[in-house]
Amino acid sequence: MAKNKNVEEPVKKSGLFEYAPAPESPAAAGDIASSYGHFIGGEFVDSSGSEALKTVNPATEQVLAEFAQGTDEDVDRAVTAARKAFADWSALPGSERAKYLFRIARIVQERSRELAVLESIDNGKPIRETRDVDLPLVAAHFFYYAGWADKLDYAGYGANPKPLGVAGQVIPWNFPLLMLAWKIAPALATGNTVVLKPAETTPLTALRFAEICRQAGLPKGVVNIVTGDGRTGAALTAHPDVNKVAFTGSTPVGRAIAKQLAGTRKKLSLELGGKAANIVFDDAPIDQAVEGIVNGIFFNQGHVCCAGSRLLVQESIQDELLDALKRRMGTLRVGDPLDKNTDIGAINSAEQLARITALTAAGEAEGAERWSPACELPGNGFWFRPTLFTGVSQAHRIAQEEIFGPVLSVLTFRTPAEAVEKANNTPYGLSAGIWTEKGSRILWMANRLKAGVVWANTFNKFDPTSPFGGYKESGYGREGGRHGLEAYLDV
Amino acid sequence: MSDVIARLEVLKTYKLYVGGKFPRSESGRVYEVTDSKGQWLANAPLGTRKDTRDAVLAARAAVKGWAGTTAYNRGQVLYRVAEMLQGRREQFTAEVATAEGLSAKKAAALVDAAIDRWVWYAGWTDKVAQIAGGANPVAGPYFNLSTPEPTGVVGVVAPQRGTGFSFLGLVSVIAPAIATGNTVVVAAAADAPLPALSLGEVLATSDVPGGVVNIISGRTADIAPTLASHQDINALDLAGAIAVEGPGAAAALEASAADTLKRVLRPAEDQSALDWTDAPGTERLLSFLETKTVWHPMGI
Repeated sequence: MAKNKNVEEPVKKSGLFEYAPAPESPAAAGDIASSYGHFIGGEFVDSSGSEALKTVNPATEQVLAEFAQGTDEDVDRAVTAARKAFADWSALPGSERAKYLFRIARIVQERSRELAVLESIDNGKPIRETRDVDLPLVAAHFFYYAGWADKLDYAGYGANPKPLGVAGQVIPWNFPLLMLAWKIAPALATGNTVVLKPAETTPLTALRFAEICRQAGLPKGVVNIVTGDGRTGAALTAHPDVNKVAFTGSTPVGRAIAKQLAGTRKKLSLELGGKAANIVFDDAPIDQAVEGIVNGIFFNQGHVCCAGSRLLVQESIQDELLDALKRRMGTLRVGDPLDKNTDIGAINSAEQLARITALTAAGEAEGAERWSPACELPGNGFWFRPTLFTGVSQAHRIAQEEIFGPVLSVLTFRTPAEAVEKANNTPYGLSAGIWTEKGSRILWMANRLKAGVVWANTFNKFDPTSPFGGYKESGYGREGGRHGLEAYLDV
Repeated sequence: MSDVIARLEVLKTYKLYVGGKFPRSESGRVYEVTDSKGQWLANAPLGTRKDTRDAVLAARAAVKGWAGTTAYNRGQVLYRVAEMLQGRREQFTAEVATAEGLSAKKAAALVDAAIDRWVWYAGWTDKVAQIAGGANPVAGPYFNLSTPEPTGVVGVVAPQRGTGFSFLGLVSVIAPAIATGNTVVVAAAADAPLPALSLGEVLATSDVPGGVVNIISGRTADIAPTLASHQDINALDLAGAIAVEGPGAAAALEASAADTLKRVLRPAEDQSALDWTDAPGTERLLSFLETKTVWHPMGI
């Protein structure tokens, strides 16, 4: 990013501790092959086509590996393998299916360092997050749904609820392995078999997960991984022998899938975009709120569908809060994802960086005031400074559109009713945040916010037992918890 | 011979039910409704796209109040509907008998079942949150609670096939949606709209706030696509989408609904085989809900 007048000039951060680099070893990621095929029927196989895509390390722009662009024929092979495996897998006693999932959870734990490093390299997110958030949640998800496999009779869907069949699952690049876990764990627990397509910028941990399935002795064809871009995803969701489609990604693509599935009997769950309001009242504990705001928008470079991308601050504390927020933003460390001190890693792709750049330019053009702390960005790779916009109106694109980057739009309000009005003034409805010390106000607000997840005096917390998913155009269906089973059962 | 003329019956003008009022169609048009043998029964309003949009406005305006009432209160209102219906059992029996070509005895049994269905859903209003929500034992010091909330405005294509479709079927799709706090705009069964239009009269006298249920008679191919594409409808129940092609077909409606990512409850694969006297289960009741999960840290 070129320097501009809105970015503070670098200054000596006097009074701050300078951290020595604490790099994690890239070698811990294990061997990355120069090229990958698909994982179908328990084997790594070549694509029927010759087109290959490349995945790069977004922090260095170095090519990590080539992988196959899945063809219609590849998808058909994978669905056929999943169909073939379905009869035996769904007939297996739940207690046996459970043990496979427990095995997978354990192997994920054993290999979590390797997977965390691999994820950071392929995705660009800080090792601190892959190590402390993504991987523990991946293992926890398999543990949680493992336990459900032999208890489905008690899940509230009647006796002996049936699986749907073959699930076609398409996942995004922001939490590659975690989204895989959210999709595969409940699908398998309920007796479905799956064909999963990871995102085209982050296929590596899904392919590594295929190895874990083999180590766990998972029957062939129960999990199939087909790589490729949106064309492969469209082929998968369109395949006539798929009974269930689960998609996490953008609202436009979710809409297209919903259209594609109209008139079929395929069951669909969608987890789409968001433009969450993080609402701070004048009685909020400022330091905690600032931490929550930072976690809400800068966690995972802001590549989070439920990111708190709109800060709604009560007018009377705007100056105090923004001063504290800017101070805190000045301490964020942007850089090498493998450095254990890094707070903000690399933007996942050049394409995403271009989108963030374009939307922030629109923010300035529309009259909002831009601010970023001084920070050095590495020479190579895709980077974006943590950015704050003030003077944002509800009509601005940066207040309406999902930026999916480390960019916070600040709006103000005077009364709780106005906060609710503004918070709900979006086609999305995935999440929201409330910061206040007053309990009755939290519940009053939570009641009125049209959002699937409401974090009060906290933000961006996830747990396998806690249902996640949106209202309105943020999609439908829930992932996680008992609710997450419903998406994979014929109920 | 005495020349006494039998008393001439007073016929009812059937009207739409929108926002708690009984308007004629803005088109000023009606269409003939006949019994199963083709005999004229009445003229029903030929509801238009504009009538449908007006009904959506009314339904949207009613959401806040209806969703905001206590579950206990909603239960009492639904029970009141059953009470009111009981008093008009004979009228509905006659309407159902002609609509579905049934004997008076069979029609009466279906009306009884419809009354009982209101009672069943009246009892659900304050139990749904306990079966569909609950505390989540997250691995950390947080209070975490999931609660179901109404989706909002539900567009309903009323049943047009199956045993008991004209009234029991109708009640079986309206009651679960409003029990949980949604409001509805209903496209009445095109060929048998009279029980639906009469239901409006019952709802208007049953403490159901105006706008919570809105009923439009007319061509399904006009009304249903308007519901499917409407920006301010949150969900669709396609129970009675019987057309196999054209704008009123289930697939076309679902595709149109995708533009605004409405939640869609698809019709049964074989609607004619449906028996609306079957136990309803909870699928429909749970279809128009959004799970909201609230987190809060625990600490001192």
